[in-house]
Amino acid sequence: MISLNVNGESHSIDADPEMPLLWALRDILNLTGTKYGCGVAQCGACVVHLDGEAVRSCVTKVSRAGGRKVITIEGLSANNDHPLQKAWQEIDVPQCGYCHSGQIMSAAVLLRENPNPTDADIDAAMSGNICRCGTYPRIRKAIHLAAAWQAKGNGR
Amino acid sequence: MKQATLHARKAGVIIALLGVVVVLSSSFRYVPHGSASTRDSAVSAQAFMKVYSVLMSPRCVNCHPAGDVPLQGELSQPHAMSPQRGDDGKGVYAMKCANCHQAVNLPGPHMPPGNPNWHLPPANMKMVFQGKTPRELALQLTNPATNGNKDKKKLLEHADDGLVVGGWNPGEGRALPPLSYAEFKKAWRTWIETGAYAPAK
Ligand code: FES
Ligand code: FES
Repeated sequence: MISLNVNGESHSIDADPEMPLLWALRDILNLTGTKYGCGVAQCGACVVHLDGEAVRSCVTKVSRAGGRKVITIEGLSANNDHPLQKAWQEIDVPQCGYCHSGQIMSAAVLLRENPNPTDADIDAAMSGNICRCGTYPRIRKAIHLAAAWQAKGNGR
Repeated sequence: MKQATLHARKAGVIIALLGVVVVLSSSFRYVPHGSASTRDSAVSAQAFMKVYSVLMSPRCVNCHPAGDVPLQGELSQPHAMSPQRGDDGKGVYAMKCANCHQAVNLPGPHMPPGNPNWHLPPANMKMVFQGKTPRELALQLTNPATNGNKDKKKLLEHADDGLVVGGWNPGEGRALPPLSYAEFKKAWRTWIETGAYAPAK
C-alpha cells in the first residue's frame, strides 16, 4: 500500500511502486483531468504539482509521491477560480483543450515563483508544454492577464 | 634616440615574456601537489589527455554546456524544449531538471536518464567544458575560482561524486564514456598527484 495525499485528501492505494503517478491518478483515483500525451516526459500534458513542483506524472513513479503532497488540476483551486483558470476562460485559450491541464499547472508554478513574468520568463517556464493546436499566443496572453489579476488579489 | 627606444622596446618584450612564464608556472602550481619528486609534467599532461577524452564525451559535456541550455544525446545537441540552467543549475519554474529526471534511469530508449542529484553547474560558476581545449580545461579545473572552489583534496574526491560516477550508468541507448570508470579515476588521480599539469595546447 502506498499512501498518497492528493488535493488535500489522503488515499491508500494498492499499486506497484513503479507505477507512473499518472496511472494512479487517472485509473485508481479517477482524477482524469490530468492527461496522457506521450508517456515519455516530452509533452507536458501530464503535469501535476508534487510538493509544489511541476512534475511530469507520466515518468514520476507513484513511490516518489508517497508521503508528499500532490495537486492535480482538479485541486488547483476550490472553485476553479485560480487566476489562471479565470484568465483561461476570459481569453478562451483552449482549442481542443487536451494540453491545458498541463499548461495551467506549469503556469501556476511560474506565477508563484515570478508574479510578474516577462514574455521571456513565460517562454522559459512553458517551453516544455506542447500544444498541438498552437494556442501559444493565447496562453501567453492569459498568463499576463492572470498575473495582473493575481497582483490585484485574485479579483477581476 | 632610436637606439634607446629599440632597447626599451626589447626590454619591454622580455619583461612581458617573463610575465607570461611566471603566470603559466604559477597556475601549474596552484596547489602543492605533493613533493617535488612526485611531480612529472609529462606523465601528468599525458594522464590529463585521458581525463579529457572522458570529460569531452557526451556523458560529461552534455551538462557542462557553453550556453545556459544543457545538451543531449550522442551528438551533444541542445536539449529539446530548451530547459534553462537557472541560478542553482537545477532549472527554472516549471522546467526544473527533477520534474522529468528521476532519481534513477527509466527503462526504455529515449526515456529521461536519472540521478538523485541531476543538475548543471550553477550560474555563478558555469564550469564550461564544451569547446575547451585540453589546456584550457586543465587550467579551469585546477583554479578554485573556476572549478567550484575545489582544492586538491576536493578535486581528487570529485572523481567519486555521485553524478560523475553516474556518467557510467547512462541509461538505455546512451554510449559509455571512452574509458572505464576505473581507468578514468586512475588517470584523474595520476594527473593531479603528478602536479596537475596542463597540456601545451
Ligand atoms: S504525458 Fe507526460 S509529458 Fe507527455
Ligand atoms: S489546445 Fe489542443 S493541444 Fe493544446
